[in-house]
Amino acid sequence: MQLIACPHCGPRAQAEFEFDRSVESVLTVDATEAEAVARLYHRENPKGWSWELWRHSAGCGVFLKLHRHTVTHEIAEVSLLDAAQ
Amino acid sequence: MKRYSSLGLLTAGLTGHTSWPRAWRDPAPKARYDIVIIGGGGHGLATAYNLAKRHGLRNIAVLEKGWIGGGNTGRNTTIVRSNYRLPQMQDLMEFSLKLWETMTDELNYNVMFSQRGAIFLGHSDSDMTKLAERGDAMLARGLDAELLTREQIAKMIPVLDMSRDARFPIEGGLNQPRGGSARHDAVAWGYARAADALGVDIIQNCEVTGFSMRGGKVEGLETTRGPIGADKVGICVAGHSGQVAGLAGVKLPVESQLLQAFVTEPIKPMIDTVIMSQSVHCYISQSDKGEVVLGGDPDNYPTYSQRGVPMRLEQVAGEAIALIPALSKLRMLRSWAGTTDMSFDGAPILDELPIEGLYLSGGWCYGGFKATPGSGWLFADHLATGQAHPIARPFALDRFERGATVDETGAGPKARDR
Repeated sequence: MQLIACPHCGPRAQAEFEFDRSVESVLTVDATEAEAVARLYHRENPKGWSWELWRHSAGCGVFLKLHRHTVTHEIAEVSLLDAAQ
Repeated sequence: MKRYSSLGLLTAGLTGHTSWPRAWRDPAPKARYDIVIIGGGGHGLATAYNLAKRHGLRNIAVLEKGWIGGGNTGRNTTIVRSNYRLPQMQDLMEFSLKLWETMTDELNYNVMFSQRGAIFLGHSDSDMTKLAERGDAMLARGLDAELLTREQIAKMIPVLDMSRDARFPIEGGLNQPRGGSARHDAVAWGYARAADALGVDIIQNCEVTGFSMRGGKVEGLETTRGPIGADKVGICVAGHSGQVAGLAGVKLPVESQLLQAFVTEPIKPMIDTVIMSQSVHCYISQSDKGEVVLGGDPDNYPTYSQRGVPMRLEQVAGEAIALIPALSKLRMLRSWAGTTDMSFDGAPILDELPIEGLYLSGGWCYGGFKATPGSGWLFADHLATGQAHPIARPFALDRFERGATVDETGAGPKARDR
């Protein structure tokens, strides 16, 4: 099980979190059809380092941006989303 | 190919089983093939077998990065059924289920396909409404389905906790009597042996590292055992679909996640059907060896690790014990995980990719095993003729951008279970 360091709650077990989506698939509200198709359906699906959104759903509820390795499960970075994101 | 038979088994037994020839050759890769299949799992081997058997092609290779039976073919919970709700999925899985019924004879290999029934449990009035709807959809399409009452379930599966204060009260169920299970290793070995006998080269320990292309058309492959030329290439690699297609610069609508399975120590027969609960997400059956086979939700996050998260084991074991309290006395023998390519509508992708000569059979999510013979038949048709079989047409790659997804659960663009 992965240990995810929530900036609000400290290191917590993966059981408290839910994977939401990969950052590449986040859609802006003004995306064109072509952008939407590319972001939703043309996925990198990386084997290696990946930028992902996770939610501390059974904790403080915050959305987090993780830089996580999809083979070793190493987590290099956990950050809060800033307003611009 | 030395034909397997009861008499042959008896005679070989008299000489201590020393007379068996190897089941398939171990050829070195040739410089060029008409068609190369990447991935020596059930789907890849079934595709190669159908290309040789039904289309008469003889210059075919299957490349496997590991060994035959070492991937997802040997990592699933071996359940075979066609009890789907949408007609496109029903047609695909029923086509496959019919082929399961003749597979042992066709391959001259006992795949131990046992049509012991596949039962979805209902735990509430709303579950029963959904099961009735699914059953009606199946009957309307000519599939076998029986809606079962609570009393019928109690009689069929006496080990279930039928008490009113059970954690998951049981209100009834939906049975597909022709569903069941098979021995998954035998499926891989049987197809490998039968394909090899028809001249297909099965090349193990051969990983594809790149494609060579000319003018937007596939010309061959780079592999860990050297370059191999090919007119057409079929990708059948399950969890690594995105990685292999990525080598050709194609991005797919899939996300790779893990599905775990667990088996207990072997015991005498106690469960003679396949028990599934879609609202609880627990799959229970008993293998012919006597092990109780358990499955549950996928791990629900992207990973290629083939190491399942322990909380899933805890969840599935807890659910299985709540449904069948007697299971609490058993020790867990093994657990493992397979990497699955979860598509964004829960349905597979069977199509030619935007590169000429490059085809994909992928996105089977965690439901690929039951589709093995049908997938091989349909994909071989597409590779051999360049035209998708009518049953495969709804599973075209461009269905996502056209908004024509085959969405069994109606949940939108997200990797999910069914």
